[in-house]
Amino acid sequence: MYPQEFLYTKEHEWIRVDEEVGTVGITDFAQKELGDVVFVELPKVGDHVTAGESFGTVESVKAVSELFAPVDGEVIGVNPKLQNSPEMLNADPHGEAWLIRIHLADRRDTEKLLSADEYEAYIAEKKSE
Amino acid sequence: MKDRIRNARPHVTRNENLIFERSTPGKSGVDLAVLDVPAVSGEQTLGADYFRREVEGFPEISELEVIRHFTRLSTWNYGVDTGLYPLGSCTMKYNPRVNEVVARLEGLATDHPYAPEPLAQGCLRVLHETARCLAEITGMDAVSLQPAAGAHGELTGILMIRACLAERGNPRKVILIPDSAHGTNPASVSISGYEVRNIKSNAQGCVDLAGLEQAMTEEVAGLMLTNPNTLGIFEPQIHEIAEIVHARGGLMYMDGANMNALVGLARPASFGVDVMHLNLHKTFTTPHGGGGPGSGPVAVRKVLEPYLPAPVIEQTADGTYRLDYDRPRSIGRVRAFYGNFGMAVRALAYILANGAAGLRQTTEDAVLTANYVLARLKDAFDLPYDRPCMHECVFSDKRQAARGVRTMDIAKRLIDYGFHPYTTAFPLIVSGALMIEPTESASKAELDEFIEAMRSIALEVEEDPQFVLKAPYTTRVTRLDEVTAARKPILRWKP
Amino acid sequence: MRYLPNSPADRAAMLEATGHRSVDELFEQIPDELKVHGPLNLPGPLAESEIVEFFRAAASQSARKHASFLGAGAYSHYRPVVVDSLLSRGEFFTAYTPYQAELAQGTLQAMFEFQTLIAQLTGMDVSNASLYDGSTATTEAVLMALRITRRQEVLVARTLHPEYRQVLATYVQHQGIAVREIPYGGSGQVDLDQLSAALTPRVAAVVIQSPNFLGALEQVRQVSELTHRNQSLLIVTVTEPLSLAITQPPGEADIVCGEAQSFGVPVAFGGPYVGFLACREKFLRQMPGRLIGQTADTEGRRGFVLTLATREQHIRREKATSNICTNQSLCALAATIYLCLLGKHGLRALAEQNLAKAHYAADQLVATGSALPFSAPFFNEFVVRTPGDSHELLAALEAQQILGGLDLERFYPELKNHLLVCATETVSRTVIDRMAAVYQSAAGGASAQAVGAGRNTSS
Repeated sequence: MYPQEFLYTKEHEWIRVDEEVGTVGITDFAQKELGDVVFVELPKVGDHVTAGESFGTVESVKAVSELFAPVDGEVIGVNPKLQNSPEMLNADPHGEAWLIRIHLADRRDTEKLLSADEYEAYIAEKKSE
Repeated sequence: MKDRIRNARPHVTRNENLIFERSTPGKSGVDLAVLDVPAVSGEQTLGADYFRREVEGFPEISELEVIRHFTRLSTWNYGVDTGLYPLGSCTMKYNPRVNEVVARLEGLATDHPYAPEPLAQGCLRVLHETARCLAEITGMDAVSLQPAAGAHGELTGILMIRACLAERGNPRKVILIPDSAHGTNPASVSISGYEVRNIKSNAQGCVDLAGLEQAMTEEVAGLMLTNPNTLGIFEPQIHEIAEIVHARGGLMYMDGANMNALVGLARPASFGVDVMHLNLHKTFTTPHGGGGPGSGPVAVRKVLEPYLPAPVIEQTADGTYRLDYDRPRSIGRVRAFYGNFGMAVRALAYILANGAAGLRQTTEDAVLTANYVLARLKDAFDLPYDRPCMHECVFSDKRQAARGVRTMDIAKRLIDYGFHPYTTAFPLIVSGALMIEPTESASKAELDEFIEAMRSIALEVEEDPQFVLKAPYTTRVTRLDEVTAARKPILRWKP
Repeated sequence: MRYLPNSPADRAAMLEATGHRSVDELFEQIPDELKVHGPLNLPGPLAESEIVEFFRAAASQSARKHASFLGAGAYSHYRPVVVDSLLSRGEFFTAYTPYQAELAQGTLQAMFEFQTLIAQLTGMDVSNASLYDGSTATTEAVLMALRITRRQEVLVARTLHPEYRQVLATYVQHQGIAVREIPYGGSGQVDLDQLSAALTPRVAAVVIQSPNFLGALEQVRQVSELTHRNQSLLIVTVTEPLSLAITQPPGEADIVCGEAQSFGVPVAFGGPYVGFLACREKFLRQMPGRLIGQTADTEGRRGFVLTLATREQHIRREKATSNICTNQSLCALAATIYLCLLGKHGLRALAEQNLAKAHYAADQLVATGSALPFSAPFFNEFVVRTPGDSHELLAALEAQQILGGLDLERFYPELKNHLLVCATETVSRTVIDRMAAVYQSAAGGASAQAVGAGRNTSS
């Protein structure tokens, strides 16, 4: 269910790392919790993001969630499709609806993140609470 | 299924477009009196740069069409006048008609706020007397009627706490709020320059004393509390709570939204509360009006009196009233003029109608009706805190959720039975909450119908949950698409 | 007690169902030492006739027999009876906030119409469903600009309503925001040179009022050019929105806010009123307050709902755009009904009448020798320099059952002996002429004094 090549955070973001570039999105679990997404607020190219800190928000009708950066980095790309089609986040959170691309400050930061298996275990635990 | 619905009749469904769609050129709903001074040319007087040709798109409608338009619109609404309105913490009680009459009296409705004081004695007297009554009801020392609503009152209260502590040498950084609090609480706090810190409730839904002891440090300016809390439960250790807060130099704020459980029976000043706000549109019968205007006066102990918004209405030695602007330690104004005067008139009329005895009886009835509902529904709906409630009771949708039906769905089905829904999904600490506040305005007969309706729905959930999920069936419109409304907002008519 | 619908038998039956033996048991939750044991010291109970009598007595101690030239943020206009007649429908005024949309389409559609009317009047793209009043609307506009630009300073015209400036100060006092005042010039309008000098990259917004507190229409285009060149936002407050029926709306502004009390809401000694806030489309998600949006139900029928609620306090909690929980729905409804009744033609005709009355009054006062110190065009309010002492003049006018206007000294120490005079359609020519006559006498007296003084110094 959760792509093996991604790494995950406890705040339900995923990151796919290719060399120094990371593509960041939210997980299927997150989009289910949110319900129908109505709006996404993202940073601009050139902005700096810090691991564990908010870089934007995703809104559904009833709730707003912060988006937390998995690692430090500089924003080099922002998904242009989400402005007009926020519903993509519900349809394809792991693919078409990536949020931002960042240039990683330090590749080793990814060591602190969860693997797909660890993430699945984490959310299974959450569900049973 | 239809046999069970005794009260439901289709809601009036007369079609009525937007007023702009009814507009046709050349009509007007007023005829002005003849101008008795020379007319002037707008273009010449104002100059071409300032002159406006017309207001594009503005409607052109006759008086009768305006009457029909809004009359039809009104039939699509549900008011307290229509029937039971059991919204929790909203206190949807009877809005006495005499309040509306006195608020419209010439001399009260027409006086300008800058009228010279000798010619504003009637209005000043009303404000002063209302404030005095509210002080008596709460046990506090002074009241300001300036805040326009509960949230506004909260902001005012927290600003006063800050001013007081700042004068003592350190305004501090944090305000504690229980996780069961109403949403306006955290927002008011941020504007005052404080950080919000949540404290958890205990298993009984009340403030956990040990947790409070730990959280109450020298960085904490105060605690914001609603009592009874949003579960309708009185904080049994409120006095100890106040002591903990005071011992560390903090102040206690009480959200007075639930005063309908206390008026005439208990006074927050005796709990150790330092400042609180009241909602005149809840406890004191000023009408909700479809979402306002309200009024959120603040009541304070002597220690906070110097910080009240200016001006303060005073009675002088000779019995006349004046506006005291000389308040050097005031937090400043929170709005222009003196507050929602029209709401003070209505609240005072309500207090006068009741007197102390009537208010006490009102409170007793409010608590009785809520407990009646609790007793008669607890076998049909899950009761997370099984103990006597005060003026409101909170159930959860746990049983119905097992069949895929949530509190919002049950609420929508309740509409078909002729009732306005209760509060869904609040307080947040109860998952799938059904928050019911009948108020004293609920007769036993009306409550019995409500109880029967709720029990009927519970049965429907067992037998045919899909049916409940598609409710309501009898309203003018069915469930509305809130998602598209938020994704592609259309906020005005365009030709 | 007539408001309570339960009889003693009803109470007994309900009590029995709860399993309690007395009502006192229901209050056992409250510790005994915290209970009130005797009756509170409150007036009443009064019969309905006695309540009416009480308030009639209060109403008689008022200025109701006086003609009034007071404006200054609260305007006396005639309220057509249809407004109260419709407002009094219980389905409107006893309804709650329209969270359950299926049961509240009346309120929701009316508020959607309000939003449309305000947008049309102000020349903005979108409007919210109202705020508490003009002073808090202006403050909310500033908070909005601070959020949008992330800058820390605000420039505010000295000619913005003084009490509005006070409210702004209260709200920003703990937010690390600097508020700088821009003075007015000889025309009565914001001094453009001073504004230009004050604009720095720290400035989030410029706030002006038009017509301003001194009655003058501001040079919105010029202010806008300066403001936008600095990448700041322009906020224009309108306290007398009837002016918008005949004056150009401030279309160059980013946010237009203010007070809609003129539209069918009684002056009522200061409240309740109804603030409005409208802005350009791009700032939509930063708007405070309630918003009503159009949508469809499951059958495709048009309907209305509260939307974009995630900006509001009950969802975002401490990150909310503001702490507004209410709009002023019933007052906004009054404004909607009023504006629909008057409509395009009626509103224009009323504005023309106000313009005519105020300019007639100004001309009459000038004819008595009093000066209008400011040269900017005005709508229904203007400043006049009084012949002699303003307090004496006001007293003389009061003796004639006239409230002559606001003594500006109270807010502008540099404007001693100046009155702010507002003439709406509610003051008759007769009253205006009577006022002018009092000015004339005062002028006669004043010039006699001046002659006397001249005589003294020359001898």
